[in-house]
Amino acid sequence: MDKSRTASIRRTKIAKSTAFYLGNIIIGVIFVSPLLWMIAASFKPENDVFANMTSILTFIPVNFTAGNYVEVFQRLNIPQILGNTFLYIGLTLVGDLIFGSMCGYALAKLKFRGRGLILTIIIALSSMPVEAILLPLYIEMTQLGWVNTLAGLVFPFMMNCFSIYMFYSNFLDVPDALREAASLDGCGAFRTFISVIMPISKTTYATVFILDFIARWNDFMWPFLVTTGADKRTVQLAVQSFFGTNPVHYGAIMAALTLASLPMLAIYIFMQKYYVQGIAATGIKG
Amino acid sequence: MARKDASIQRVTYNRGEKVTGALMSLPAIILLIAFLIIPIVYTIFYSLFQYQVVRPDSMEFIGLENYLEVFQTEEFYVALRNTFYFTVLVVPIQCVLALCLALLVRSRRRGVSIFRTMYFAPQVTSMVVIAVLWTVLYNSNANTGLINALLSTFGAGPVNFLGDPDVAMNAIIFMSAWQGAGYQMMIFLAGLQGIPEEQYEAASIDGAGRWAQFRYVTLPGLANTTKYVLMITIIQAMKLFTQPYIMTKGGPQNATRTLVYYIYEEGFQSGNFGFACAIATVFFVLVVIISLIVKKLTRTK
Repeated sequence: MDKSRTASIRRTKIAKSTAFYLGNIIIGVIFVSPLLWMIAASFKPENDVFANMTSILTFIPVNFTAGNYVEVFQRLNIPQILGNTFLYIGLTLVGDLIFGSMCGYALAKLKFRGRGLILTIIIALSSMPVEAILLPLYIEMTQLGWVNTLAGLVFPFMMNCFSIYMFYSNFLDVPDALREAASLDGCGAFRTFISVIMPISKTTYATVFILDFIARWNDFMWPFLVTTGADKRTVQLAVQSFFGTNPVHYGAIMAALTLASLPMLAIYIFMQKYYVQGIAATGIKG
Repeated sequence: MARKDASIQRVTYNRGEKVTGALMSLPAIILLIAFLIIPIVYTIFYSLFQYQVVRPDSMEFIGLENYLEVFQTEEFYVALRNTFYFTVLVVPIQCVLALCLALLVRSRRRGVSIFRTMYFAPQVTSMVVIAVLWTVLYNSNANTGLINALLSTFGAGPVNFLGDPDVAMNAIIFMSAWQGAGYQMMIFLAGLQGIPEEQYEAASIDGAGRWAQFRYVTLPGLANTTKYVLMITIIQAMKLFTQPYIMTKGGPQNATRTLVYYIYEEGFQSGNFGFACAIATVFFVLVVIISLIVKKLTRTK
């Protein structure tokens, strides 16, 4: 394509953009085909789920039905599952955003005893695999009587070294002149943080919010270990156990999977800018 | 510069700052100690004990015996090998796939965000959803498994994807790379946007073709991004648990039992807490060593 540079630039442009759209449509459709099949199957009657597997018709719910969704709502306590999940995510996030940003700010801008040590520990632990410490953490929960409680789900993840580090590195860039101006106005360090620093750092908060939300939403192992009763289940646990519960209806399973994808999809659509920025920011900051 | 600023601050803020700084970091520090430092210490502590969950009163100090046992257990080496096999294969596949996708959708053409969303879509669901879905897609029967149905139209298969010990881990690798690539694609996209357009113009004036531009402009421009992507993908891969738990329960014949899965089985299912903590400590040390090695290797480049 490059060789025809001297010929008609316009023709190359059209050829290039045709190649771009055609290539992406073909690759993109193949890429998402498992998800398309999932959605299609969720609208098929049970007898049709595995019909026409070798033809393109398998991606089309010919005998369209919403019955699978009705079945999911009948067999699962959806409001409770969603409630558990959003309580879990919401409370961990509130803790992480408030405590994390306070700590990050103190480390970045305030001089106090032990600051260097704390910073070193937080950086060292920010990429630690929690999987390595889940056993004693579980024992700790039994000793506190927190197994199968909201507290047991939430507290261990209310603090996240990586979030503190994200806040810390972002607050480092805040000009000191701002703080000085606030202090001349008679603001103490904490007031300055609340009324000056927080409002101008919305992007940082949105970034940490999104990253944390993704992590908590996807988390399977900790909720799986610490909750024992069906009434404390999160979305991921409900999906996993629904898969193994009789009667196994594949149409209903696909409906449950589709439903379980909707909340994150909504977050992605409404917060796309921050979502993408958040992921990208880890690459730049890290 | 920073030094100088610091000395000015010390004059202006000093006293109140000391207290406020400590107070502001206190809640996070308490949580950090309670739910991270204490469990870390206890992981090492328990690993030195004979400790069965069902008999907490008969805890007995046995020194390094758990570790000796870990290193003499065949199953540990199987789990170690599975973890490395997964990591060594999934990391390059997923990263190269992510880079290719990022290059496909780096253009600013109208509608490009639709394609970005398509490649990112598996990420927007969750690993649990994807693992359940692919367990169905991987069904060994060509009449019920979409992938075997596809193979059968080419006259191939059926392959017992999750039931054949030689295939199961590869099946998980393929699925995981597909699910995860969108995330790294986003990071690569940000990296690509950081490469100045002039560099491409200069290269094309010098007569560099597509490949040469990629080789001498794009790749060096992405060096830092690549290092970061490699690091997170490796650590992520070493923690593999959800996929084998949902899809294969560690089987067939332990072919997908990873280190984290082994920790879970020994600790939570068999109740050998001391022994499981020893594996966990070894796992933790391994992750630290490997991330240090990766850091060192990518730094010299």
